[in-house]
Amino acid sequence: MGANTVQQGNPVKPKRVKNKKSYKQPWILHFMVLPAAIMVFIFAYIPMSGVLMAFQDYKPALGFFDSPWVGLKHFRYMWENEYFLQITYNTLFFAISKMVMNLVIPFFFALLLNEVRKMALKRTIQTLVYLPHFLSWVTLSGILIDILAQTGLMNQFLTSVFGIKPIFFLGDGGWFRFTVIFSDVWKEFGFNMIIFLAALSGINPALYEAAEVDGAGRWKQTLYITIPSLIPIAIVIATLALGNVLNANFDQIFNLYSPLIYQQGDIIDTFVYREGLLSGQFSFATAVNLFKSFISLILIVISYRLAYRFAGYRIF
Amino acid sequence: MYHKTTSYRIFSVFNNVILTLVSILCLLPLYHLLMVSLSSTAPANAGLVTFWPIGFTLEAYAKTFNNVNFLNSLWVSVQRTVLGTGLALVVNTIAAYALSKETRVFRARNIYLWYFVVTMLFSGGLIPGYILILKLGLMNNLLALILPGLVAVFNIILLLNFFRGVPRDLEEAAFIDGAGHFRTFISIYLPVSLPVIATVSLFMMVGHWNAYFDGIIYIRDAEKLPLATFMQTIIVQADMSKLDPSAVANLSQRTIRASQIFISALPILLVYPFLQRFFVTGIVVGAVKE
Repeated sequence: MGANTVQQGNPVKPKRVKNKKSYKQPWILHFMVLPAAIMVFIFAYIPMSGVLMAFQDYKPALGFFDSPWVGLKHFRYMWENEYFLQITYNTLFFAISKMVMNLVIPFFFALLLNEVRKMALKRTIQTLVYLPHFLSWVTLSGILIDILAQTGLMNQFLTSVFGIKPIFFLGDGGWFRFTVIFSDVWKEFGFNMIIFLAALSGINPALYEAAEVDGAGRWKQTLYITIPSLIPIAIVIATLALGNVLNANFDQIFNLYSPLIYQQGDIIDTFVYREGLLSGQFSFATAVNLFKSFISLILIVISYRLAYRFAGYRIF
Repeated sequence: MYHKTTSYRIFSVFNNVILTLVSILCLLPLYHLLMVSLSSTAPANAGLVTFWPIGFTLEAYAKTFNNVNFLNSLWVSVQRTVLGTGLALVVNTIAAYALSKETRVFRARNIYLWYFVVTMLFSGGLIPGYILILKLGLMNNLLALILPGLVAVFNIILLLNFFRGVPRDLEEAAFIDGAGHFRTFISIYLPVSLPVIATVSLFMMVGHWNAYFDGIIYIRDAEKLPLATFMQTIIVQADMSKLDPSAVANLSQRTIRASQIFISALPILLVYPFLQRFFVTGIVVGAVKE
């Protein structure tokens, strides 16, 4: 059925009709989404239904359908467990400290980097500070364990310069917390800077020119033009971070901690791993995880609403 | 002009020096590790090596490259990264193309979009995921490392936001010339979207190369472990040395461990400088919008 039969009266534009049709063939578009949709169904939606095992005494031998239902037993156990409070506190402590530091420090460095006038130097600095972001926590913890060991580079430096006793960075609870937060900032500040740099490059140069005509120096320009222009994007980042407040970075903690500092270092995710997969308490671990996911979901929805209200931010 | 004033000049010099120091600080730990790996065992264990190799030797590298387990894992990681990234790129870009169409053209678009976004907001978590892989019989299989993360919704959003910026005229010209959606996607969208595709590929490659946790829970055989998981076991097994300074037994391995850590990070160090100029535009387009 050629296009000619459809538009007999106007044989000059037969091609156009055919293409209009192909443009309007949504089944091709469905077909293009299909592979992704199937994968998401299998690997995201099926496990979602698996959270029901939080209300069961799941036994792998009995499977999902024959394991006995126990209602809220695991949740009650979770609430009566004092250790659960501790790990919730740890999780919040790590997440919030990192959030604040990962907002303030990149903000500050973006301002400083913005003042570098030599392009080559600016590029080099950028390239170097992004780098740690791309190294894995496995690699970095290998490096950190080596450097922060009692005979490692860091302690050698501290001993020779300040004459203090070696610090047990990864074995002492208080220092462990410090190490976790500091190393996270070290790894991510360069990368977190990108969005601020983008916002900086978007500032209208006319504003600076006008300020200069008015006699404002660089400091005044930063204070009255640059910083106010960055505040909205900083608010977006801060509100979006709210949704992440129960994620304290499993990879980092998991690769740096040890039984010695579980008290100060354990977070919800590492706890779920140990209880669930190492001790085989599938249902209890799932209950803890479900609790976390549920709170996170609420926080994410709130944070996206706030980001939209304050700054018109939308993800798509 | 402000940048001619004395005080700004002084600030500028200080600023450049401080930022240079900070950026060196980002490289220093890795550099130190490289120096340890190039030193001979005794001075390395004694902690004498700082920023220059002592008793330069490539022995640690020789030993690492003679380690069958290490080489096996390296190969598994290469396979995983190439296969995983390639497959994911195909699946995610074509989905993003379709989802970048307006509702007028693709009516079910918003339904699909929410279907995907929900998985960003809520997930079954560790245990149900583990049981699924168990039930699917994918335990100890390379596919268990590739398939679960194949669809990355964040990447799809990054891609579709970029695709939307492609001028409508280009697409219409293609349709008028008789191209269908697939043809338009391949000959128009892909070539003009190179920055974002480079960004997304870099994310995926780095993600696969660095992933270790799925290897811990899904892979049993030593010869099927990806490199990152292999490295993780080495670091955790060597854990004692960080807890107990007198546990010197493991310390003889220090140079070898350093060389392994360095080699495992090497591909990223090599790929990254070439792709990083893309990802600045790529991320910015995806994250900051008008």
